[in-house]
Amino acid sequence: MNTATPVVELKQITKRFPGIVANDSISFKLFKGEIHALLGENGAGKSTLMNVVFGLYQPEEGVIEVNGKPVMIDGPNKAIELGIGMVHQHFKLVQPFTVTENIILGSEPNKGARINYKKATEDIRKLSEQYGLRVDPNAKIHDISVGMQQRVEILKTLYRGADILIFDEPTAVLTPQEISELMEIMQRLIKEGKSIILITHKLKEIMQIADTVTIIRRGKVIDTLKKTETSPQELAEKMVGRNVSFKVDKIPANPGEVVMEMKEVVSKNKDGMSVLNHLSLQVKAGEILGIAGVDGNGQSELIEALTGLRHVDGGEITLHGKPITNLTPRKITESGVAHIPEDRHKHGLVLDFSVSENMVLETYYKQPYNKNGFLQHDEIDKKAQRLVEGFDVRTPSIHTMARSLSGGNQQKAIIAREIDKNPDLLVAAQPTRGLDVGAIEFVQKQLIAQRDQGKAVLLISFELDEILNVSDRIVVIYEGQIVGEVLPEQTNDQELGLMMAGSTVKRGATHE
Amino acid sequence: MNKVLKLFTKDSITLPVIAIILGLLLGAIVMMVGGYNPIEAYSALIERVYGNSYDFGEAIREMTPLIMTGLAFAFAARAGLFNIGGEGQFMIGMTAASIVGIHLHGLPAFIHAPLAIIAGAVFGGLWAALAGFLKATRGVNEVISCIMLNWIGLYLSNLIINTFALQSGDTRSVDIQPSASIAISWLSEMMGNARVHWGTLIALLAAVFFYIFMWKTKQGFELRSVGFNQDASKYAGMNVNRNIVKAMFISGAFAGLGGAFTVLGVFGYQSVMASSPGTGFDGIAVALIGMNNPFGVVLGAILFGTLTYGSAGMSFSADVPPEIVRIVIGAIIFFIAAQGIVRWLLKPFYAKRKKEKVS
Amino acid sequence: MKKVYSLSLIMVLALSVFLAACGNKSDSTNNASNGTSGSGGSSDVKIGMVTDVGGVNDKSFNQSAWEALQQVQKDGGASVKYLQSKSDQDYIPNLNQFVKDNYSLTWGIGFNLADAIKTVGEQNPKANLAIIDSVVDLPNVKSITFAENEGSFLVGVIAGKMTKSNKIGFVGGEKSPLIQRFEAGFKAGIQAVNPNAQLMVNYAGAFDKPDVGKSAAATLYNDGVDIIFHAAGATGNGVFSEAQSRVNSGQQVWVIGVDKDQSLIYGDKVTLTSMIKRVDTAVEKVSKEVIDGTFKGGVETLGLKDDGVGVADTSSKNVPADVLKLVDEYKEKIIKGEVKVPDTVQ
Repeated sequence: MNTATPVVELKQITKRFPGIVANDSISFKLFKGEIHALLGENGAGKSTLMNVVFGLYQPEEGVIEVNGKPVMIDGPNKAIELGIGMVHQHFKLVQPFTVTENIILGSEPNKGARINYKKATEDIRKLSEQYGLRVDPNAKIHDISVGMQQRVEILKTLYRGADILIFDEPTAVLTPQEISELMEIMQRLIKEGKSIILITHKLKEIMQIADTVTIIRRGKVIDTLKKTETSPQELAEKMVGRNVSFKVDKIPANPGEVVMEMKEVVSKNKDGMSVLNHLSLQVKAGEILGIAGVDGNGQSELIEALTGLRHVDGGEITLHGKPITNLTPRKITESGVAHIPEDRHKHGLVLDFSVSENMVLETYYKQPYNKNGFLQHDEIDKKAQRLVEGFDVRTPSIHTMARSLSGGNQQKAIIAREIDKNPDLLVAAQPTRGLDVGAIEFVQKQLIAQRDQGKAVLLISFELDEILNVSDRIVVIYEGQIVGEVLPEQTNDQELGLMMAGSTVKRGATHE
Repeated sequence: MNKVLKLFTKDSITLPVIAIILGLLLGAIVMMVGGYNPIEAYSALIERVYGNSYDFGEAIREMTPLIMTGLAFAFAARAGLFNIGGEGQFMIGMTAASIVGIHLHGLPAFIHAPLAIIAGAVFGGLWAALAGFLKATRGVNEVISCIMLNWIGLYLSNLIINTFALQSGDTRSVDIQPSASIAISWLSEMMGNARVHWGTLIALLAAVFFYIFMWKTKQGFELRSVGFNQDASKYAGMNVNRNIVKAMFISGAFAGLGGAFTVLGVFGYQSVMASSPGTGFDGIAVALIGMNNPFGVVLGAILFGTLTYGSAGMSFSADVPPEIVRIVIGAIIFFIAAQGIVRWLLKPFYAKRKKEKVS
Repeated sequence: MKKVYSLSLIMVLALSVFLAACGNKSDSTNNASNGTSGSGGSSDVKIGMVTDVGGVNDKSFNQSAWEALQQVQKDGGASVKYLQSKSDQDYIPNLNQFVKDNYSLTWGIGFNLADAIKTVGEQNPKANLAIIDSVVDLPNVKSITFAENEGSFLVGVIAGKMTKSNKIGFVGGEKSPLIQRFEAGFKAGIQAVNPNAQLMVNYAGAFDKPDVGKSAAATLYNDGVDIIFHAAGATGNGVFSEAQSRVNSGQQVWVIGVDKDQSLIYGDKVTLTSMIKRVDTAVEKVSKEVIDGTFKGGVETLGLKDDGVGVADTSSKNVPADVLKLVDEYKEKIIKGEVKVPDTVQ
């Protein structure tokens, strides 16, 4: 595998941003035909490094060599010219366009003044077959699944002749089945002579597919290891810089009375389709109920209905037996529901507010933060200071804009605020999305601590591991309905995966 | 006070200042090409505005409504709304103040004048709230409804004046009652009959009110939150729609006040307008120069008013056509809007400073 | 780095020079004709003029007045200067600028300045002021008005005789008593010679909106009108441009100009005739009074008999001699008082 010259070599790359060294003299070698994983926590500098390779940033120091020759990559076009392609975490696709149109965008094959669609479609079909991508070139982007969209992104790079593919957190948006399909595709790419850089913070994926791992922490390379010579435990420790426990420590649950109950809840979208279709569930005091499901099966709508952000067209939601159906978000909050929202940038925080202001986003109108209509900044700051210290939110100051905090610290700030409300029911939607191992551990511990204090916790996550590790009871949501209930210790991710895909086949069923 | 200063962060102060300098430079170049002496022209401009008490008073008269319409735009902008309807709200404010000022009889001045001012504010506010209401309930883009309401405001104002208050044989309303006037006659006499009025003081108080309301009160917290992120505000239990209407009302009230001052303090009557006065649109420029900060708006209005009022001095003493001043103002706004260019021009300075720090 | 910086500065300079070269052309030529520096003439007497919002290039009464003042300066009587008003708030400070600079006479052009002239006149009883088109009753203010109805009557006669469609249009600026005087005289003139002709009236609502004038003219022409008389200042420029585009595409339509002989600007192809208001004569006359020291406040109405209004001399190019003869007959009758021209619209 190790041929003489690496296809890409980074030598002593340093990239600084105001006040921070994002990459501190990083060296890195990618050989032909290998999958080289770049492992690191959020903010460790992985994405910066790859943006340097892709020409989006210019390094202050260091040299990039492609096939042994030093190159100057001053933009994505140059990178593409050198055969480097990038599959972004957030897809850059035009929704109403077809697959073909999206792929040829920017490098349209011309026939006179017109675009030669026929040739393009044929080329794409061939590429798709060669790598086993099974993409229909004529489908519209908004009609195909997230997994398919990702393959379109892959095709886009291949169409432009990429030999070196960079995958930025490719599995973050995929279901378990889609993930295993992606793994197959990556292996196929390697077989066809491509080389891959895989950016990730998921150890499981690395152990499954990578050949080599480079671990980055705080902008520096910690180590480069062969997969065969390491273990998840070692990787995790190198990544975080301390001991991590994978097992979530928790004592058995001691469920009490029912805190929240949804009965036959129906909610329709603009087109009159039921996105919640007679959905029923219960959460008890002192338990964590996990909701497993593929994205887009009604999880978001369930939370919106529960927290008053979506109109409920039928059925009933009760909290301690009292109906809270279609109350305003404020009334629901005041009756004892706290909510860690799915999208912390959209719902959780006002990014242009200070940390301090965000800490009272839901309580600013109450004593002692508000007196006679005037905000009591001293009280607000006092609270913010207490929460920032109590929940280890790392911020230069409580008056710093929430925008300039890292994802993990933003999430900690939200969790601090929500837990501080001392709710009866804590709704946590994807509380660990995009967080690194250390932060995930912290968040999960907080959820369990709430349960141990006798609170009801509703956990929604697309990470099966999280559902399995944290929940005391699991229900599976499919097309707006609860299609099954299992206990975490009696199931595995294969079975859950099938249920999530709508199969009602129970125990004993095998994949395929 | 410290916090007030903090509002002017370093960037938000240097940017407008550099933009102003660049704008003046560009104006100077244009003048030189046109064969005028820019130094003479600019000193004529300053001379005209600050040279004697009469012109100084008149320049303040010019600045006052600009403060109000500037605050109007800035306030809405802080709440995430693009209120370009200041023009219409200004005219409706004028009309409301005129009607109250003309048709209420026998009130003492200390009741009549405030009443007329309040009428201007309330109706200006309602006019804007209409656009807010349409946005909140029907999702109508406030830019579009504001443009429409500007025209409706112009013709409605003319219709009202024509129908209820026309001075026969003329194209203007009858004079307001003396009790509704907010002119400061003793000061006016001292300043050579310059049309100074209490509205200027109210405008400055309005800027202070803006600051306190936006950054110190619960309501202001909601407005800013909605302005930055509607989804998060909804999630946090705020009534986004009500806040949109509220923000538009207050914004429109500022503009309406500006209109009321013009009638009650400057003219003492209202003309049937051939076209809208443009003060509302100038307010957008003022707010941009002032970076949507209430005190910045006051400074922006001073600058804008100085340039506009002084332009007559430029053409009087230095024979420079007033269009040049429009070029200067346009250039300033351009440089503020095109922050990138200014930053780019500043880059070498920053780089140098950094190097000095290192060594 | 430094190089980049200076390079960018040069680029900005170059760009602005270019822009200036493009944008400043009209200003500089205009200013050259100002001659404000006062090449000739005794500098003792200074005469100022404040335009209304139409500006000095309105091709109408502001421009007439300014040309007359320039003539006064050329004749060596005085040095002259003007200030343009951007809004009605500017009138008083602009007038004051001249008054405080001890100008011998300050003109306010247009009835829009009446209130401002009144205020400034009261506050400065020693200053001499004059106004066109309105009456300000102060001892130090000269008010010049015109019998526009009489002049309009004459062009009405021409229109009534010349129309082929028997549909005649009128485009006014603001609907004010002054402009309605034009309409009244015009209508009476048409009816005197052609009772079958129909007059269609459209008020644009503004004197500074050529685009509105253009669309108003388009509406009238589309309705079959073949002659439009405009009394709309710069708004009327739009009437001309609409007529020009129609004439260029082969349709025969006419415009009757106002205030000045507008055929000199828009050509004989579209300008049937013009109702001339001798603002220039009046301005020259009163300005000379100041120079001679005989200036006195009061009202002066200039009609046909004073040659204050009339039909443009160039009318003979498009109007047949017999029609012009008829015009002359009516002119005589009006001067003698045999024909009474109404000054309000019935």
